[in-house]
Amino acid sequence: MAQIGIRGVRKSYGKTQVVHGVDVDIVDGEFVVILGPSGCGKSTLLRMIAGLEEITAGEISIDGEVVNELEPRERGCAMVFQNYALYPHMTVAQNIGYSLKVAGVPRATRDQRVLETARTIGLVDFLDRKPGQLSGGQRQRVAMGRAMIREPRVFLFDEPLSNLDAKLRVQMRLEIRRLHQRLRATSVFVTHDQVEAMTLADRLIVMNEGHIDQIGTPSEVYGLPASRYVGGFIGSPPMNFLDVTVGGDGGHVVVGDGQHLSIDPAIGAGLVGQTVEVGIRPEHVTVGHRAGGSTLTAAFDFMEDLGAGRLFHGRLGGADFIVHSPEHRPPAFGEEIPLHIPRDAVHLFDPQTGKRVAAQPVVQAAAA
Amino acid sequence: MRRAYFKDNRIAYLLVAPQLLIIFVFFYWPTGEALFWAFTLEQPWGGGNEWVGLDNLNAVLSDGRYWNAVVVSVIFALASTALAMGMALILAIFADRQLRGYKFYRIGMIWPYAIAAPAVGLAFRFVFNPDAGIMSYLNTISADVWNPTLNGTHALIMIVVAGAWKQVAYNFIFFLAGLQSIPKSITEAGAMDGASVLRRVRDLQLPLLAPTFFFLLVINITDSFTDSFGIVDVMTQGGPARATDLLVYKIYTDGFKGLDYSGAAAQSIILMSLVILLTVFQFRYIERRVHYTG
Ligand SMILES: Nc1ncnc2c1ncn2[C@@H]1O[C@H](COP(=O)(O)OP(=O)(O)OP(=O)(O)O)[C@@H](O)[C@H]1O
Ligand SMILES: [Mg+2]
Repeated sequence: MAQIGIRGVRKSYGKTQVVHGVDVDIVDGEFVVILGPSGCGKSTLLRMIAGLEEITAGEISIDGEVVNELEPRERGCAMVFQNYALYPHMTVAQNIGYSLKVAGVPRATRDQRVLETARTIGLVDFLDRKPGQLSGGQRQRVAMGRAMIREPRVFLFDEPLSNLDAKLRVQMRLEIRRLHQRLRATSVFVTHDQVEAMTLADRLIVMNEGHIDQIGTPSEVYGLPASRYVGGFIGSPPMNFLDVTVGGDGGHVVVGDGQHLSIDPAIGAGLVGQTVEVGIRPEHVTVGHRAGGSTLTAAFDFMEDLGAGRLFHGRLGGADFIVHSPEHRPPAFGEEIPLHIPRDAVHLFDPQTGKRVAAQPVVQAAAA
Repeated sequence: MRRAYFKDNRIAYLLVAPQLLIIFVFFYWPTGEALFWAFTLEQPWGGGNEWVGLDNLNAVLSDGRYWNAVVVSVIFALASTALAMGMALILAIFADRQLRGYKFYRIGMIWPYAIAAPAVGLAFRFVFNPDAGIMSYLNTISADVWNPTLNGTHALIMIVVAGAWKQVAYNFIFFLAGLQSIPKSITEAGAMDGASVLRRVRDLQLPLLAPTFFFLLVINITDSFTDSFGIVDVMTQGGPARATDLLVYKIYTDGFKGLDYSGAAAQSIILMSLVILLTVFQFRYIERRVHYTG
């Protein structure tokens, strides 16, 4: 178990910088998920923690000790790779036990621990097979076993589930979570799958183009996205965005087609007359009239039936707008449907910086 | 592999004809001639060849000098192969790790293979010259510490080094390609498992290079039997005292210097059988070896 400190870490390949100054503190025993789209630098950051990639600038420490110059084997991290990276010429038992062999653990102890590990990952019957004779899911388990047996201070996972089919992915996700519950080793898990991220994480780190956009628990990140980017990235279907102008006393915004949408006056007051972007989650909107908040009309396009609910696609104020609602009556094409939007479902973002517009002081700081 | 299908077979035959012609003229025809000579003896006064059956072969196999050539050839083959493969492997591991200057010697390494064997021999004759070469400094310590013109062992070492030097480039390319085809994540996983660089080479990279290794082993041994003529001819001409009299060189001296066509042909047939055997072994055994998959 260990805490990890990441201070102003940057990574450049030649002249191109791909990680632009990352600061995070990961506490002891925490399960942290780094989430972001392809190419945002997630793996690079993880590999810098592992010691597989040189740190261009900044500092990474594990348990207070700066590890920048340490070899991977001196850092006490274990890693599960996306393609598993099993040793193809070794049996499952040799794969799992290799780290112990390198460490000079005597044969008998080693065999004992390999067997124990194989038992927890359910591979006892496969110990004599080569990786080429295993299914994808079994290989994945071997990779996990190989990491587990070392009892590392830190577990690093680089998209370990992305090569599995959907069902197995869910199952392995639970097993990883269970494993963490049991071992309580500090874990850093990289993925671009938000469901995976939300279900596994104690805390999420949302990355975008080499920056951290937000760090928080899954509900914080979902409930109060720190930027337009995070709002759009997390949640499915994604958040609806509308370009609006703050009107009147700041208690509402004016949508493209002139309709009014109520917002929190405490936020809107300082912004009267300014253009902002609002984000509204499809699942926070209901079809029909309700008290409180505001009701706007949208032109209905088509509907997707998800079984557990329905997605109504329409257009509102010149933009595409999706509503996730259990409403059963499918409207006719082009029909105007009323949509109820509660006030606290409306997120405001600065159209220039993309940052969340929260309380007034923040807004003034941004305007200055 | 992509296959092309021809509606008209004549086009296919036309396309392979030049290649077949070359193989026929430069391989099957001389081989046929050699076979003919190997089992016949030329009449002293001309007038055709007399069939002698296995007499030529028996004569060769009961000749002590032939067995000397066999021993020398085997030593040369094993030593130069070991040296060439060892050097190439070390260089390839360095190049794979992209140590300083690897770009330079990755290209530089290829040149020796492009140099003809006699040219290699000539160059090394200067290098190893006991009176004027680099090695001559050894002789200033004490006379004849290094003298390949008189000392058979020295002469053998000399042709082994020259032969290996020429072969290193070829091996290097194959080893480097082999190393680079090992997924990087496997050695990274080894690093995470706590293995040092050397340990990773030994436990992960070398075992995964096994197919390349066996392939090169056969190629190198075959080459050292057949392609060493130029080096011996230029550097030692089989001497001193037959210490470097390789099979392939003995065929030449017996045939063209001694004018014993039948004896030389019989030796050719033996050497050719050996090479064919190695090649069959290569195809049968090594090509079918398990290739590891991720
Ligand atoms: N060895 C390298 N040389 C140059 N650029 C690199 C190298 N490795 C990664 N990059 C670049 O760094 C950026 C971040 O790569 P990284 O692998 O960290 O992305 P990622 O977030 O893990 O993406 P993915 O989800 O596709 O794995 C990418 O733009 C990539 O092109
Ligand atoms: Mg990645």
